[in-house]
Parts: sequence; structure tokens; C-alpha cells
Amino acid sequence: MEVFLASCVVAGVPLLFATVGELITQKAGNTNLGVEGMMLMGAVMAYVASVGTMNPYLTVLSAVLAGAAGALIYGVLTISLRANQIVTGLTLTIFGTGFAKFVGQPYLGKAVPAEVTQFFVKRPLPLLSEIPFVGPIFFRQDIFVYLSYILCILVAVYMYKTRIGVNLKAVGENTAAADASGINVTLYKYVHVLLGGAFSGLGGAYLSIVRIPLWQEDVVNGRGWIAVALVIFVAWNPIKAFFGAILFGGLSIMGMRLQVMGVGISQYLFDMIPYLATIIIVVFSTHKKRKESQPPADLSNNYFREER
Amino acid sequence: MKKFLAILLVLVMMLSFVACGGDDAETDGDAAALKVGFIYIGPINDGGFTQAMYEGAVASKEHFAGQMDFIYRENVPEDTQEVKSTALNMIDEGCNVIIACSFGFGDAMNELSAEYPDITFLHFSGAMKNDTNFDNWFGSMEQARYLTGMAAASVTESNILGYVAAHPYTEVQIGINAFTLGAQAVNPDVEVKVVYINTWGDAELEKTGAEQLLDAGADVITYHADSTAAQLAAAERDAWAIGWNYTKNDAGEKYLTAAYWNPEVYFNYALQNILDGTFKPESYYGTMKDGLIAIDEVNEAVPEEVRNQIADIKEQMEAGEFDVFTGPIYYKDGTVLCEEGQTLDRAGIWSITNEIEGVSAI
Repeated sequence: MEVFLASCVVAGVPLLFATVGELITQKAGNTNLGVEGMMLMGAVMAYVASVGTMNPYLTVLSAVLAGAAGALIYGVLTISLRANQIVTGLTLTIFGTGFAKFVGQPYLGKAVPAEVTQFFVKRPLPLLSEIPFVGPIFFRQDIFVYLSYILCILVAVYMYKTRIGVNLKAVGENTAAADASGINVTLYKYVHVLLGGAFSGLGGAYLSIVRIPLWQEDVVNGRGWIAVALVIFVAWNPIKAFFGAILFGGLSIMGMRLQVMGVGISQYLFDMIPYLATIIIVVFSTHKKRKESQPPADLSNNYFREER
Repeated sequence: MKKFLAILLVLVMMLSFVACGGDDAETDGDAAALKVGFIYIGPINDGGFTQAMYEGAVASKEHFAGQMDFIYRENVPEDTQEVKSTALNMIDEGCNVIIACSFGFGDAMNELSAEYPDITFLHFSGAMKNDTNFDNWFGSMEQARYLTGMAAASVTESNILGYVAAHPYTEVQIGINAFTLGAQAVNPDVEVKVVYINTWGDAELEKTGAEQLLDAGADVITYHADSTAAQLAAAERDAWAIGWNYTKNDAGEKYLTAAYWNPEVYFNYALQNILDGTFKPESYYGTMKDGLIAIDEVNEAVPEEVRNQIADIKEQMEAGEFDVFTGPIYYKDGTVLCEEGQTLDRAGIWSITNEIEGVSAI
């Protein structure tokens, strides 16, 4: 059981990065459907950096920058040029997919160098890993996984406990009012859209560097979309996102687990559940109008000050 | 003025097309007798199936020293229209032989072989052929799988062998069953656990599948899928790994051996026949004997006794004296696959529809 839950955590980590990233993007009032594309950009650029520099830090940095670069395209188009957010996001996904294929082509068959893979081997944390049950599941992982825990907690503190976090909420809920109260709306949107992209890039890099250190074009394989669903599923809450990501990650390996145990339930069935669950959540939360599980009120609306 | 410019531009463009065409024609001057077009499903450096097929083409070109040249296209999806247009482009470029290296390319080859009687089409796997210019080719991978099964059973301590498999389909099940028979020949208590990932290649799923098997106690992992991700999973947990398709070691010291293809054996044979004018479709089935099928050097961790046994049976296979499927063999649901004293021939092997006793699979 513990072994399985530890695998669920591993399967959930790329989702967690992407979900938290999309969550802060949406908190700033922008829906970025380019998560899949930004993850792929992060995945491929991390790969290029790892082969080129053999340095784990530069590998991670490269993923962050690549994801943010993808988000910058989206940001310029939607925040400055006020293009439709949904269309721009979809385009970014298609662009990122092509970008990863194009850039990654020469790297097929080249492995991530040992200097980098060795850095990301499983390192049990002293003391914490000895806690019964919890230890083996959460604290016998690699550094990248620990990074996801830390970022998740930081984002939660940032969103709920800092002044900037409150301002961010204001931007997403009522952009015009935030603008009127003196918040630099454009800056807030840019910062959080870029941050979101950087997180997505990290999620992609976890897949291409740690999970499968062999380049393959479709490495992200739809996880970007699951992350978009997860944001709704966890009601824009980074702490819930942590558990939601592990849950959805677990579902993605459930079918195979059961196969080994001799139970023949198709993996395809489990692959549907995240989306089904999200639809049900959307229906419920819309119906019950619970305040805390509603999307930011100004989500997907581009802001024109002149229209105020 | 504008109109004049437009017409001028159109003329320039047309002329440039003509010029390009001319260049192409000139380069055909010193062409080799055979120009082969290879259609690959994956990238040529995938460390697996397509790389084996590509290196076979390179080796074959070397073998024919100037008489054969080849072009290729990688990452071609199994879409009949796409395959057809790829092959047609190759024919346009002067290819007189098309070798299509994936099961799903068959329909396109079948259609084109009727339209282009002067071109020879060689299709990997499947059963389609005609009487003149279209043949299929494959190999008795069951032989190599059997031998790798022997190696696996000799090093396992848990008596559980993990097998990451693509689809529950005859070709895959032949491999699983042959592997199991080989394992049972060395160690009758061994159990082969199978995870089907329902795709020919997805490194993430391959690795996840292998991890589930390792969690369930497997300490040797083999696979029927495109990447070496299952080897990586085994290496991370210090378990043994057996390669597939190509001799790529991604498991370090825990690389046990591999079952792989030597496609140049077939390329050389078929292309020589075409050169000599003696080509005749025959549903070619390569074996350990002609070398199309091979097993990589066995890790020294395998006890010497078993290594000798493997070498011995390999010799028998090369001499054509060893049948992998020799009865009695039962399917895992208890029905008979092969009666006592009987052996399965090629047709019998290719009508396998399930896993045998000793395999646990869904």
C-alpha cells in the first residue's frame, strides 16, 4: 500500500506543478489553456540543457525559463494585445507541441547524462522518512518532488497570508476595482502568468529529466489538460491541489496496478475519471453556489481600462 | 504596371520550378542498380525497433558496395494515405524497392504493388503478398525469447519474472509464451507476470508498468514495447533487465541479455534476389539459423551451466532441430494449445490467442 501511494505521489508531481501554475494564472484572471504546450517546452528545454551542460541546476533553470517564455507569448497576446484567452491558450498548446518535437528531434536516443540523473535519485530525508506510513510515501523521493512540496506550500502562504496575495485575488475577482484601488493590474497579470508558465515548465521537466530520462516527443501526454481540470476540481486551492494531484496521479496508474493484482479493469476507465469527477464538481459547485469553490469572477475577461 | 509585375513574378516562379526539375534529373546519372526506400514508424535513433531497421539498411548498403543505395523517412504514422504518399514520393525519387517496416503499413503496400508492377514492395510482418512484386517478412522471435527466458529464470530469486507487453495480440503472446517456456525449462516454479500497456510505445507507461511488476515482486524485467524505459525501471530498483529489438543496454550491470533483430540478413537476401532477377514472394520467415533473429551475449551472472545450456539449444535452433512449442502445453485457462508429442509449426504458432500456464495476465 505504501509502495503504491509513493508511486501515486510520483505520478502526481508533474500534475501538481502544472496545477499550481495554472491556479495562480487563473487567480490573476487569466485562463491559460496552453499548459500542455508550456509543459512540453519546459520538458524539451530541460532536456537540451541537461545534455548540453550536464548541470542539474541549469537543467531546472532552463525548464523554468522555457515555461515562462511560453507564458510570455500568451501574456503579450492576451494582456497587452487583449486577444481571446481561450484561443490563445489553445494555440500555445499546439505551438508548444510542435516546438518540443522540432527542438527535441536531434535528442532522440541521447540519454540524460548521469551527472543530472544522479542528482535526482531518491534521497530519503533524515527523520521525516522514518515516520510510519507518511515517511515512506512522501519523504523517500527525489529532490524534484521535495521542490514541488515546498513550492506548493509557498504558494499557499503567498496566496492566503500576504498582502500581494490578497491583491492578486482582487485582480482576479474584480479587475476594475483592483485597478481603481491602485493595484498595477498589468504587472500582476504578467507576473502570475509567467509564474504559471514556469511551474508548468517544471512539471514537464520532471517527466523528461527524472521520470523518463530518454527523450520522447509526446512525453507530457495530456497531463496539461488533466491539470486544467484539476484546477477546477480543487477549487483554486493549492493545498487541495496537492492531494488532488496525488489522487489523479494515482488514477493514471491504477489500471496497471490492478492488472498485476489480477483484476481486469481497463486503464481507459480510470483515465476518464479525472474529467468525469471535474464535471461533477463543476455541476455541484455551480448549483450550490458555494463561495469558496467558485472561479475568480473576472476569469477569462480581458481588461480594458477604457471600458470601465 | 502592377499587373505586369504580377505576371512577371508568376513567370519567374514557373521558371524556377522548371530549373529545379532539371537539377533533379541530372543527379540521377550515377545511380546504383537498386534504390531502396525505407518507411519507418519511429525515429532512427530510438534505441529500439526503428534503429535496428535503420542500422540494417546501413549494413546492407555496405554489403552491396555501390550496387544499392537507400533513402528513408522516419516517424511515418500507420495511416494508409500517408504511407502511400510517402512511398509514391520515394518511387518518384527513383526507388525501385520499398521496404515498409511496420505492421500498419501493409494495406498501402498491397494497394501500390498492384499499381506499380515494376517496383518491389517488402512489408515487415503481416501475411499479405502477391505472386510477383509484394512479399511480407518476419522472424521466429519465439526462439530468441525462449533463450532469454532461460537466462531470466536462472537469476531470479523471487521466482517472479515481469513482462511489460504492448497489446494482448498474437505476436506479443507468442513472445510471452516462448519466454515462459524457456523459463520453465530452467526453473519450473517460475511465474511470469504480464502487464499490458495497450500501446506499442509510450515510455512513461512502459516504466510505470515495469514498476508495478517490480512492486509485485518481480526481479527480472523484460518487455515487448518500443523504448528501453522498462530497463530504466529495473535498473532503478537493482533488478535484472532483458532488452528487446536492439542491443541497447540501459540497465548497466544488470543488463542480462537481449532478443533482437539483424534485419540486414533479410535485406541482403531479398535485394540480391531482386538484383539477380530471381525474386519470388515467399512470406519470408527468418530464424536463428539465418541470423535474422539473435540473442545478445548473456551476462556472466547467469550460472555457467545455464549459459552452456543456452548455447547448446541455440546451436540446435541454428541447426533447425529445436521446436520452441513442444507439447504438452496448456493455455492458462486449461485448454490445450499443443498435445503431448506434438509441436507447433509456423501456422500453429501464429494462431496462438492466449497466454499459457505459468503466466499471470489479464
